[in-house]
Parts: sequence; C-alpha cells; structure tokens
Amino acid sequence: MTRETTAKAKMPLDGWVIAAALVIGTFYATLTAARTEDPVMSVHAYIFAGAFLLGIFGIIKAYFDNSESLTSQSADAPIEYDLKVIKAGVIASVFWGIVGFLAGDTIAFQLAYPDLNFDTSFINFGRLRPLHTSAVIFAFGGNVLLATSFYVVQRTCKARLPGVFSSWFVFWGYQLFIVIAATGYLMGATQGKEYAEPEWYTDIWLTIVWVVYLLVFLGTLWKRREPHIYVANWFYLAFIVTVAMLHIVNNLTVPVSWTSSKSYILFAGVQDALTQWWYGHNAVGFFLTAGFLAIMYYFVPKRANRPVYSYRLSIVHFWSLIFMYIWAGPHHLHYTALPDWAQTLGMTFSIMLWMPSWGGMINGLMTLSGAWDKLRTDPVLRMLVVSIAFYGMSTFEGPVMSIKAVNSLSHYTDWTVGHVHSGALGWVAYVSFGALYCLVPWLWNRTQLYSLKLVSYHFWISTFGILLYITSMWVSGILQGLMWRAYDDLGFLEYSFVETVEAMNPFYWIRAIGGAFFVIGSLIMAYNLWRTARGDVRTESRSLAPEAVPSPIAAE
Amino acid sequence: MIKHDVFEKNSIVLLIGILIVVSIGGLIEIAPLFFLESTIEKVKGMRPYSPLELAGRNIYIREGCYNCHSQMIRSLRDEVERYGPYSLAAESMYDHPFQWGSKRTGPDLARVGGKYSDEWHKEHMVNPRGIVPESVMPGYPFLLDTPLRFNDIKEHLEANRMVGVPYTDEMIDLAEEDLRAQVDPDGDTDGLLARYPKAQVRNFDDNAKVITEMDALIAYLQMLGTLVDFSAYKAEGPELR
Repeated sequence: MTRETTAKAKMPLDGWVIAAALVIGTFYATLTAARTEDPVMSVHAYIFAGAFLLGIFGIIKAYFDNSESLTSQSADAPIEYDLKVIKAGVIASVFWGIVGFLAGDTIAFQLAYPDLNFDTSFINFGRLRPLHTSAVIFAFGGNVLLATSFYVVQRTCKARLPGVFSSWFVFWGYQLFIVIAATGYLMGATQGKEYAEPEWYTDIWLTIVWVVYLLVFLGTLWKRREPHIYVANWFYLAFIVTVAMLHIVNNLTVPVSWTSSKSYILFAGVQDALTQWWYGHNAVGFFLTAGFLAIMYYFVPKRANRPVYSYRLSIVHFWSLIFMYIWAGPHHLHYTALPDWAQTLGMTFSIMLWMPSWGGMINGLMTLSGAWDKLRTDPVLRMLVVSIAFYGMSTFEGPVMSIKAVNSLSHYTDWTVGHVHSGALGWVAYVSFGALYCLVPWLWNRTQLYSLKLVSYHFWISTFGILLYITSMWVSGILQGLMWRAYDDLGFLEYSFVETVEAMNPFYWIRAIGGAFFVIGSLIMAYNLWRTARGDVRTESRSLAPEAVPSPIAAE
Repeated sequence: MIKHDVFEKNSIVLLIGILIVVSIGGLIEIAPLFFLESTIEKVKGMRPYSPLELAGRNIYIREGCYNCHSQMIRSLRDEVERYGPYSLAAESMYDHPFQWGSKRTGPDLARVGGKYSDEWHKEHMVNPRGIVPESVMPGYPFLLDTPLRFNDIKEHLEANRMVGVPYTDEMIDLAEEDLRAQVDPDGDTDGLLARYPKAQVRNFDDNAKVITEMDALIAYLQMLGTLVDFSAYKAEGPELR
C-alpha cells in the first residue's frame, strides 16, 4: 500500500456513522451536564462529553492525515491484518491488570488492617471492592478478550476486521465504560448487584459498545476465506452473545429521572436474587470461562505447535458447557428463601457441569501430547499449561461446593473467595499472561521475548502468591464456617460472631502477602513485555528453546 | 459429527444455535418464579419502605455494605439461633434490588432492627473499633456530617412504583413531609404511621438541627426484619431443615 493511493482516501462509511453518533452523544451529554442536580451524573456527563469530543477529533484527524488505514483492501491483495487496535488492547490489558491486582491487594490489606480505610467515603472497602472485581474481570479480562478475539478471528478467518473505525470504537468505547464504572464506584454510584454494579446509563453505553463488538466479530466471520469457523471462534461468539443477554436482562432498571444517576432494578427480592445469580454465575461461565477457553484453543496449540487433541471432544464439550452453565446460578442461594426445587435444580446442573469442564481441560492438556518436553524449556507454555491445571482444579472444587451440605458450611465464608481466586488468578490470569507473552513478539514483529528468565521468575513468584492466597482462604473459610456452627456442652452457640472475625486475622495477612507476590509478578511481566516491544533481547546464559514463530495459519 | 458442519460453516446458524441453547436453563429456572404463587409466602405486616428508610437503604447500597453483610438468614439451626427466624421471600418482596449478600465478613443484618440502640449504631458507624475492638469494618464518620439529599425523594417513590412497589398517590405526594416527620418525635406523626405502620419515629443521630445520612441509615437498620410478626406466622412448607 503506497502513499499515492491513500491520497484519494475517502471517509469510510463507519467513520461517518460513528462521527454522527458521537456528535449526537456530545450534544446529549452536554445537555445532561447542564440540567442535572446530581453531582455523580454531572461528573459523568462531562466525562462522556469530553470523550465523545476526543472521538470526533480522532476521526477527523485520521481523515485529514489520510492515514493509510482509511483505504480498503482489494479482495485479491495479500491480507494485511488490523493489528494496531490489538496492540492497544494488549497495552490496556497490562495496564488494567496491574490496576485491578493493586486494588485487590489494597482491599486485602484493609481487611487485615482496617485503619487503611482511613474513615473516608471514596476508598473504603465497600466502594473499592466493586472497583477491584470490575477492574480485574471487565477491565483486565475484558481487554484481554477484546485483543485476543480480534487477533484470533482475523488469523483463523484469514480476513481483516471489517470497517476502519468500528474496532477502534469498540476499544475506546470499552475503555470509556471502564472509566465511567470505576469513577462511579468511587463516588458511590452502584446498583448494589455484584459484578453488575454500574448504573443504568453506564449499562446502556456498554450495550451499544457490545453490539458493535458483535458486529465487528461477525463481520470478520462473514469475510472469512476459510470454509470452517475455527473452534476458538465458537467460544468467542458464545461469550459475546450470552454476555449480551445476561447484561441486558440483569440490568433492566427504571432510573429515578433522566438526569439522576440512581435507578431501581425492575425485579424484586427472590426473583431479583435468582436473576442476579443467573447473571453472576454466567459472568463466570461465559466471560471468564468460554472467552478464555477460546484463548486456550488458539494459543496452546500454537505455542506447543501441536494440533488440538480432539475435534469431537471440542464439539461435545462446547455445546454441553454452554447448555449446563446457565442452570448453575441457584447454587449461590442454597438454604435461602429461593424455592427448594430451584436450589436442587441448580445443584444438579452444577455437579453435572464438572464433566464438560473437564472435557475442556483434557482437550487443552492433551494437546501437549508429544510436546511435553517443551514445558522444561518454555516458561510461557508452562504458564498456559498450569492455567489449564488450575481450571481443572477450580472446576472440580466448584461442583463440590455446590452440593447443599458442603455449601451450608462454605457459603458466606472465605472459602468462596479462595475458590474464585484459584479460578481467577490460576486460570484466567495465567492463560491471559500466556497469551500476552505470545502476542507481544508477534504484534511488534520481534523474534523473541526480551527475557524468558523473567517469564520464569514471573511464573514462580505469582504461583507462590496464588498458593498462599488459596490455602489461607481454605483454612479461614472452613475455620469460620465451623466456628459459626460450633456448640458448647450446654447446647449454646460456642462463639460470638466477632470471635470468628478475630480468628480470621492471620489468614487475612497471609492472603494479602500472597496477593502482593502476584502483583510483583505482574510488574515483572509488564517490564518484560515493554522491553520486548522495544525490540530488546536480554543475553541469557542458559540456552532456551527458540520462540515459536507465528505463522498465518491457525493450528487446527 | 459431519452434521456439525452446519454450525461451522454458517455463523448465523451458529449464533442462533448458541442463543437457543443458552436460553433454555434461564427460562425453565427463572420464569416460574414470577408465576408460582408458592414462591412468596403470604404474610401480614409487609409494607413499602418509608421515605426515610428508603433513603437509608440507598446509603447502605451506596457504601457497598452488601459486600460484607448478608440479609438472608438460612434455614439452618445455628443461623436461626444466632440471628432469628429464617428469612422469608416475602420479607424482600419490595427490595429493588435484593440485598441478600454473598459474604459474611460481618454478621447477617436481616433482623438487626431493634437489637442495638440508635446510640450504639451511631458510635459504631463513627468508630467501629471503639465499640468492637476486633471489628474490621471501615469507619463512616462522614455520614454524621453529611446532610441527607432528599429533594428528589418523590421521584424515588415514583420509580419504585413503576417497578411494582405499591406506593399510593398519597404516599408519593407526602413523601418529603413523611421523611421529615420520621425524624421529628415532637411533630404530628399520625399520617406517617397510618401510611407506614411500625415506622419508628426518632431523632436517630441525636442531632435535631439537620437530617443527616446517619439518620436515614440508622432508620433503615432499625426496621430491618421487624415488619413480619413471627408469633402469628405459620410456615406451611417444611420446618427447619
């Protein structure tokens, strides 16, 4: 592609549409800012207006710069993949990852040493905890999914992302959602539903961004030059579509007014509870599992340079996984006022869910057949494989905890928190780290990572942190559950509530320290990736296996 | 498995297939809760929140109290002995959103109403470790200094009515008056108590000059679990499990 041809570049269609939408958005946000008496809404309206203006400016600038991306490709030219937006996604992933891990470790220390709440409104535990969960799930995990899905869908379809500005709209629109949600939490704007805290206008904005995301993804599938849709894309598609459904239904709400940041959820009490945990558990199932299984299905075969173990298994476990996950929500509501039949149904499906989960684990692990020796020499592959092992472990622990008798002990305790983190740190974060270590050399055209030794350090330091985290939470959770139900000789409850709180303190310290190790690991990764992107290579004494060289064809 | 080609070669068929498969579970599990009458027990005493209680509940949500406190006593022996009768679905029938919680870093609050004095709550919120040395709760002294914003309380009641809470026209028209009346023990409270039976009328934070967020939050905490009369309630379903 040469400069001469781009000189005649015209504004692409999606540029016009997005620019027009942003103009309307700026107008509406400014109007809201002028009319609202609600301080939160006022701040957010200004942020929206400012971001929209920047977006309009960005589109105009790209047009007048005649940026080469404005020209569309002719059909028979060699495919030039849209990589810039993926680079942005990788940077955002690393940035939000560190923010989210730091927020998590901060609240871990707040529980160990409560004076760290500083008696303030903005950074007390109650406001920072949603900030942490949203930052790691939606900001870190979401950006990893955006970046990898844009990469994988292009490679496996041999097609470029459709449009010019659409993928950028998805990327920046999603960052705007994160900023609005996070600042909202700090100012106390929340719907009060876990993992669905952002208020109504933030939800509407995310819905718009998500629809464009779905269209960009589908558009790439439609342009594909491969007859089959690769298995990773089934998982990405299930993730995008189902998250849209969950998000819309769980956030149905009536705002107090168009200029108020507060709204009231449509459903009440028991119906709201089940809708919330239908959403909450499938945020795990489709955001944190289906999406990241897609990553597994592309990056593990690629890195190991082996085909996926079983095509048949991937079909069976895909459909059974997405079918069964949806039913599992009621296991969050055992022995509550939710009708018994719903609890039993939820428990039954949660236990059955063990099988498709392990189907996925087996398919991932067995892909290593004939390449197990690479674990010794390639710490990136080691990270990916350990992530699958953690996936297997937490998808076994989950069904166990969904059994009513077990749940009566584990529910409301730190055991649940530990379980979530063995999945979140061990599985989601590790498979993401593995993907990032693969992507950065590919995207920045480097032959290898800056340092494999640093990857190894990252792996061991954060694995140590995860183990401290999980084991301390097992002990504290089971201990507290047992203390709550302990009776003395005379048949009275043995412990007051606060005695059980006091007993947690050593474990809260251990957990917070474990979290700090995890944060340190992620900082090492950030440094390593930054040096890799710059093109530096560290001379290392030990001879290590050469980096897997990217090829344009998916491992299928 | 040849048939699977249909999904692998046509993205729209794949998309529709996914949508059907992921819809079934939710439809079968959630939809009946809206139609089965046995889902929510018939009880006496449930009423919508008074305007002050509603404002307090919104502060409870704003500060993220649900991250550490449940409002759901499970039907387990130790919980019933520790916290009181197990929670009924009816008791959260006007809760938009529900606040059952998922973690007990602090104790359950479903029946905290009336267990402690207003003074205890105030001091505990200002300095938790001054009252309970082992507590890990953050301090909320700013609630005492922050005047409650309630100029749009009427709109809050209207929004609640739109999602199904049976607020009457009278309740909505008099929302602001009722809110003021609940913190003024010397005023006329007949109307308030007729509209919201069992509403507790006190100056909750012991500061008569201004209605603070502390007033609203304590009013909310003090009414939690107090509406249903359990001496008159007979569970037809299974007894304690």
